[in-house]
Amino acid sequence: MTDSRLGTEHLSLGYGDAAIVADLTVAVPDGRITVIVGPNACGKSTLLRGLARLLRPATGRVVLDGTDIASLHTKEVARRLGLLPQTSIAPEGITVADLVARGRFPHQKLLRQWSNDDEAAVAEAMRLTGVGDLAGRLVDELSGGQRQRVWVAMVLAQQTPLLLLDEPTTYLDIAHQVELLDLFAMLNRSHGHTVVCVLHDLNHASRYADELVVMKAGRIVGQGDPRTVVTAELIEEVYGLRCQIIDDPQTGTPLIVPRASPHLTAGR
Amino acid sequence: MRSATTPMPGRHLVLRVGGVSVRASRRTVLWVWLLVLLVAVTAVIAVGLGKYHVAPMDVLSVLAGSNTSFDRVVVLQWRLPRMLMALLVGGALGLSGAIFQAVTGNALGSPEIVGVNFGAYTGALAVLATAGGGYYAVAGGAMIGGLVTAAVVYALSYRHGVAGYRLIVVGIAVGAVLNSVNQWIVIKLDHHTAVTAAVWQQGTLSGLTWLQVVPMTVCVALLISALVLLGPQLPVLQLGDDAAGALGLRPDRARAAYLVVGVGLVAAACAAAGPITFVALAAPQLARRLTGSPGVALVPAAVMGAVLLLVSDVIAQQLFRDNELPVGVVTVSLGGCYLIYLLVTQARKR
Repeated sequence: MTDSRLGTEHLSLGYGDAAIVADLTVAVPDGRITVIVGPNACGKSTLLRGLARLLRPATGRVVLDGTDIASLHTKEVARRLGLLPQTSIAPEGITVADLVARGRFPHQKLLRQWSNDDEAAVAEAMRLTGVGDLAGRLVDELSGGQRQRVWVAMVLAQQTPLLLLDEPTTYLDIAHQVELLDLFAMLNRSHGHTVVCVLHDLNHASRYADELVVMKAGRIVGQGDPRTVVTAELIEEVYGLRCQIIDDPQTGTPLIVPRASPHLTAGR
Repeated sequence: MRSATTPMPGRHLVLRVGGVSVRASRRTVLWVWLLVLLVAVTAVIAVGLGKYHVAPMDVLSVLAGSNTSFDRVVVLQWRLPRMLMALLVGGALGLSGAIFQAVTGNALGSPEIVGVNFGAYTGALAVLATAGGGYYAVAGGAMIGGLVTAAVVYALSYRHGVAGYRLIVVGIAVGAVLNSVNQWIVIKLDHHTAVTAAVWQQGTLSGLTWLQVVPMTVCVALLISALVLLGPQLPVLQLGDDAAGALGLRPDRARAAYLVVGVGLVAAACAAAGPITFVALAAPQLARRLTGSPGVALVPAAVMGAVLLLVSDVIAQQLFRDNELPVGVVTVSLGGCYLIYLLVTQARKR
């Protein structure tokens, strides 16, 4: 077993009566990239929101550094664990530097609201995400890919060892998706961040994950190295999709190729 | 890390006083000072205006204590309380507007639109009808009326969190109901009180003395202290609940705390001068456009609110020399124009 700072114990989460995540126990391995995949409404985003203590557990608990996360002060949690949510609001007329600076909130005190450490953290976060040149630009005017990197910079300015990312590549074109995933890989490999990421694209997940967590109907149905976890049987069981698995010619990781439908091949 | 360059050098100031340090953009700081200067100049001129005219230089000499002529009575006893009240009420309304707009995430989400003004007025009228008057009693009634209204609007629009637009629609409906309740109470009042209430319903600063200025100052000072104690949470709250929660804020708790302070400011203003509209709606947005602050910011909105109400009150007093208007009539007229502008520009953006 590798070390783990963040995990769940018999965690159930749900809005109202319906349990979306049921009796789930998982440990996030330190210093690795963990990717959570699964079909729509399988509870993967809900699990991530639970890990970030945005949702109160119905039963069970989320454990951060050996302590029940619900008993920790919210700002204390925010100094250890950063989250890039699916939807955030950039206030009208905000500049890139101002938005990134808001990531310093958990480090600020009532009177000392801005320190040299804050300044340095913001500059470093913008440098790592390559948005330093955009510092004075309005967030509204940026492209989708740039905007998402600015939000990542805000989370990095929080300076947390743990990074949780909720479908960060949605709405981005393929080039910006890869660019962003490479950024997360760099943060993990060169800066030691533990990354937990919810993704839709199985091929991206297989390529970037050290640890793949496959969910279905609120439960984990597969976990481990993508090379051993991803099989045609599992994909069919989870997604109801018949496919062929080949090796990614670049990385040797699994590449999922859906079977062609007879309608498609009939006319050729 | 230490060698990291300053992001956007020159665009921001870090204001340090003792152990206190706050970051603000240069443009915002500059505009806030310009507005404060505008307030000061307008105030000095405004205090001199009227049937007994006092030149600005004479006003200054009275304020400096070197002028002991009749000017002194006119400035210090007749006109200064009203002018200060315009600044206090305007500032309180500007602040509450900024709070409400930030919390609802909508430029239309100000207290007069979401019904809190009407509710505060209902509370004040109820006190007036049952217990007579007195600033603290009326302010207390307005506070309770405003809080109950805010709570009702909040509860009616709650569905897995509160969406700004739903809060506004519910607030407009609740405000319409309360408005008719207010009319009904006024009809039921005895003739003398009803006339007072009717003028007051427009919002007026007429006839205010030091007796009203002192309690208003105390209320506003207390509420501003509460805002300072809440710290820099409002900018984080404006990023949406998930982002705010991830940054270590409890969004529901923060929203409730800000709404209580916001309602308190509206109630204090309402008790002093009636349910004046438009200032809370427009001040935060005008301030935002002028100062270029990201989202709605508190300090610029407060100063802008003071400017708007002071200027409106000068217009109300001077427009028809012998027939002074309630200041609320001026702000409503200006507000109508502003609302049309806002709706047109927002509709065009969609």
